Amino acid sequence: MMEFSYFPGCSLHGTSKEFDESVRGVTAQLGIKLHELDDWTCCGATSAHSLDEQLAIEMPARNLAIAERSDRDLLVPCANCYSRFKGAEYEVKEHGRKVSFPYEGKVTIRFAMDYLCDKPVVEEVKKRIVKPLTGLKAVCYYGCLPVRPPRLTGIKNYENPTHMDGIVKTLGAEALQWSYKTDCCGASLMFTRLDIFKKLTGRILVEAAKTGADCVVAGCSMCQMNLDTRQEDIEKDLGRKIGIPVLYYTELMGLAMGHPDTGKWLKRHFIDPVPMLKAKGLVQ
Amino acid sequence: MDARGQAPNNSTPLLSEIYEESGEKIQNCYQCQKCSAGCPLNFAMDILPNQLFRHIQYGHRDKVLSSNTIWLCASCHTCSTRCPNQIDIAKVMDTLRAIAHRTRAESGDKNISLFHKFFLSLTKYTGRTWEPGFALYELKSGGLGGFMGWGLKAFLRGRMGLFPGFKGGAAFRNLFKEVGKGGAR
Repeated sequence: MMEFSYFPGCSLHGTSKEFDESVRGVTAQLGIKLHELDDWTCCGATSAHSLDEQLAIEMPARNLAIAERSDRDLLVPCANCYSRFKGAEYEVKEHGRKVSFPYEGKVTIRFAMDYLCDKPVVEEVKKRIVKPLTGLKAVCYYGCLPVRPPRLTGIKNYENPTHMDGIVKTLGAEALQWSYKTDCCGASLMFTRLDIFKKLTGRILVEAAKTGADCVVAGCSMCQMNLDTRQEDIEKDLGRKIGIPVLYYTELMGLAMGHPDTGKWLKRHFIDPVPMLKAKGLVQ
Repeated sequence: MDARGQAPNNSTPLLSEIYEESGEKIQNCYQCQKCSAGCPLNFAMDILPNQLFRHIQYGHRDKVLSSNTIWLCASCHTCSTRCPNQIDIAKVMDTLRAIAHRTRAESGDKNISLFHKFFLSLTKYTGRTWEPGFALYELKSGGLGGFMGWGLKAFLRGRMGLFPGFKGGAAFRNLFKEVGKGGAR
């Protein structure tokens, strides 16, 4: 059985609760055990690296030092936390940066999207599919930090990533081609420059709808929050309805593998995906 | 200086300050404008990223630090990824924000710097992001209406906890003592 240390991060305990629940749900189905880090704290997010470089490395380093108390790899579902962790690792390992915590750069940091959409897990998922997502058309939206900067993420196809498309196809759905996979949703401006933020997120929603997709599939808690929870506000600005549900890849995995809590996850969405999924015969 | 004005060189104070803090060599920029072409925020910036780099080369400190560009940069890393001279432009934006912050030169977009300061001073005590606390920022910046409606909807869907966790302890809170003094500690 695979075991990981697990860093949910603030958003998975708050505004992205269904991401946390579905990550825990599908990993349990796959026989992967997660051990949440003891007394973890904020990674510093955008604010720390905007104002103070040392703080932006110390905040992740504290969590990485806790993770290094065990030999397990660290699984991180939130793209922002993952990016901050990899950035701190790079500074400590490559530049010999000193930090206030006993972090040595030993723990392997793994992004949940990379791990769960990679071949070994995909093979396990295949064996457990009870309800293929036949007839579902999706566009995969990766966003920024899951792929950039490639120096930290190690993603080769950073302009046109395909790993989330791969899992969507494995689950039986259709992954449509589009040009906005890695465009920025403007998450860092969500609270401060709503005008600009809505333009960026709005463009992604409009382009997603143009492809004829039934849903957007996301793998970053910030992206999902913006595309889903701000969609109605954006519709008001645009003067027309978009109404496209935004699902986490882990929710689709849970659906296809028949996870009993799927209904509970879907209830947390602002744009209710249930009518669309019902019409496709994918939920009852 | 010659008749054409200040010559771009490697020794303007701003250029060396950025190099010392970030390790990035702005003098390598040859104005291909790939950064500005691919920037998703370019429509809202008062100075485009490639122009900002030219101003840095010339040593136009006030112009650079008071631009809204450095605050609007969303750290999406598209520019850093595409720069043919391997300049980590997003990192330079971080460095410029930090310099503006500690020299109290945050005029480019006061709300954005206010939010970051607010976020850090709140997180210092709670240890983890406490979203309901953002209402205080909204109150200060005058945008409370939209936030409350959104927050209520998130709360009703179980996507917002009401109470902060108070994690991390003294060692975590001590980290914040030096905020704003910069990378040179």
